[in-house]
Amino acid sequence: MSMTITEKILARHAGEKTVSPGDLIEVMVDLAYAHDLTAPLAIESFRKIGVKKVFDDEKVILVADHFVPNKDIQSAQQAKIMREFAREQDIKYYFEVGESGIGHVILPEKGFIVPGQLIVGADSHTCTYGALGAFSTGVGSTDLGAVMATGEMWLRVPPTIRFEFRGNLLPWVQGKDLILSTIGQIGVEGALYSAMEFAGPVINELPMYQRFTMTNMAVEAGAKNGIIEPDDITLSYVKERSSYEPVVYRSDSDAQYERVMTITVDTIEPQVAFPPSPANVRNISDVGNIEIDQVFIGSCTNGWLEDLRNAERILKGKCIARGLRLIVIPGSPLIYRKAIEEGIIETFLNAGAVIGPPCCGPCLGGHMGILADGEKAVSTTNRNFVGRMGHPGSEVYLANPCVAAASAVLGRIGGPDDL
Amino acid sequence: MQIRGKVWKFGDNIDTDAIIPARYINVSDGDELAKVCFADHRPEFANDVSNGDIVIAGRNFGCGSSREHAPLALKTAGVGVIMAKSFARIFYRNAFNIGLPLIESEEASEGLSDGEEIVVDLATGQVESTNGQKSFSAKPIPDFMRELVQAGGLVNYLKVKKIKEK
Repeated sequence: MSMTITEKILARHAGEKTVSPGDLIEVMVDLAYAHDLTAPLAIESFRKIGVKKVFDDEKVILVADHFVPNKDIQSAQQAKIMREFAREQDIKYYFEVGESGIGHVILPEKGFIVPGQLIVGADSHTCTYGALGAFSTGVGSTDLGAVMATGEMWLRVPPTIRFEFRGNLLPWVQGKDLILSTIGQIGVEGALYSAMEFAGPVINELPMYQRFTMTNMAVEAGAKNGIIEPDDITLSYVKERSSYEPVVYRSDSDAQYERVMTITVDTIEPQVAFPPSPANVRNISDVGNIEIDQVFIGSCTNGWLEDLRNAERILKGKCIARGLRLIVIPGSPLIYRKAIEEGIIETFLNAGAVIGPPCCGPCLGGHMGILADGEKAVSTTNRNFVGRMGHPGSEVYLANPCVAAASAVLGRIGGPDDL
Repeated sequence: MQIRGKVWKFGDNIDTDAIIPARYINVSDGDELAKVCFADHRPEFANDVSNGDIVIAGRNFGCGSSREHAPLALKTAGVGVIMAKSFARIFYRNAFNIGLPLIESEEASEGLSDGEEIVVDLATGQVESTNGQKSFSAKPIPDFMRELVQAGGLVNYLKVKKIKEK
């Protein structure tokens, strides 16, 4: 029977020859991930189940990335619960401040993820890893606690929607704009419970970091997972980093899709998602004059080294607008180090930016750049819900790093061509 | 199992940041979280909600972050069941995993208003207003999900399963 890549990975992990959308299956998990906000509840569930030891101390990965370096006493307590659990369970891959960055950046970067795997994480953006041809989905803490205990979980096989991207990209258009434009077309529940499979000539040419940005935001359309079939770009990325053997699956040409959408990219300009929804997108030329107080470049969506390089191209020799705050947070210590070596950080500092330590930062309104009532920010992150980055009266506009950098110079939302 | 309570009506795409803003998830204690449930979105909720009350919402309830603090806050606050046109998938799993039942219903979402007293039968999906004026039949909860709720959530379900397997 013909299957999609998602179905093939799920079938393999369920020990079945074939699976179909709607099947309720029990799968073996290759990696389970949690962070300082979700791990404490997962650990509580794990303890209640009454198992003494995690299913595999090399397959549970714990990353301190959300409210670290600890932002207050309560966050410190939560981080401590995770730290002590990691010690007690001999978790091999526990990443402490200093070696940790954003989980969704360091897991691929350190070679934990290869094609064909099944990964679950107690974080909605776990779908990021699908860019490497793996099945990867976000769950809650109780699910993760049960996975830590058993190494297994139940899943319903999702139907797949295939998005074929064709045509030529306009200048400054990146993976961020493709995914924002797609979410704008199908809506925030346009792929509810489904797999989003990104394909077509445009995706085949897309560098790895932009693919991560696309699968990262699949959850913003309600999807269970986002996925891209592995190719040479994928394989050379993992070969440089991983000792695990990739298992390459591709969708059969006669696989059954819930829907196939062709997206012609020729007219897609850099996108800006207006608050309070990632689906509320406009072309940059339709934004109008919106003055801003803050720009944030970073997060699991756009905290990659290439994202910083792109922002640097815009900021080189320029200064940010007077009174504006530009906050840059590299996604990992390695990215931070390389950005220093390449002179990127110096460019940012010269432009007037402040650099934060690798972590999730203000993306979810935790710390390091909370917005006050009435303030507006351009952010390279993934969500612009009411109050997402601070006061419920503040506003977040989502964009790619080039637009974010240009906006920081302009003091209003604008693209590099406006400079 | 029947849930009886008053309706709290919400719109479409209620995200988990609205249910529990991130600044409050530096704790994992249900009682603490319940105190700030809908803190920005509907500040009177945490104070005025009673045991067994019912949240009625539109499409895609619980979208966004995977934080289980959201269903935990709702459940601890006393919410007995949530009915919506549709639910975001992580929230759907999380709610059943902690034993908070969800029911999909277009009709209930369209037909009920804030403050109405209703009775919801989880087994049949039958919804009645206590004044007898309204009656809907929603899709009953899938068997597997009902098992989870009956067991009191995934943790207890696994415990029972483990005992059976032994």
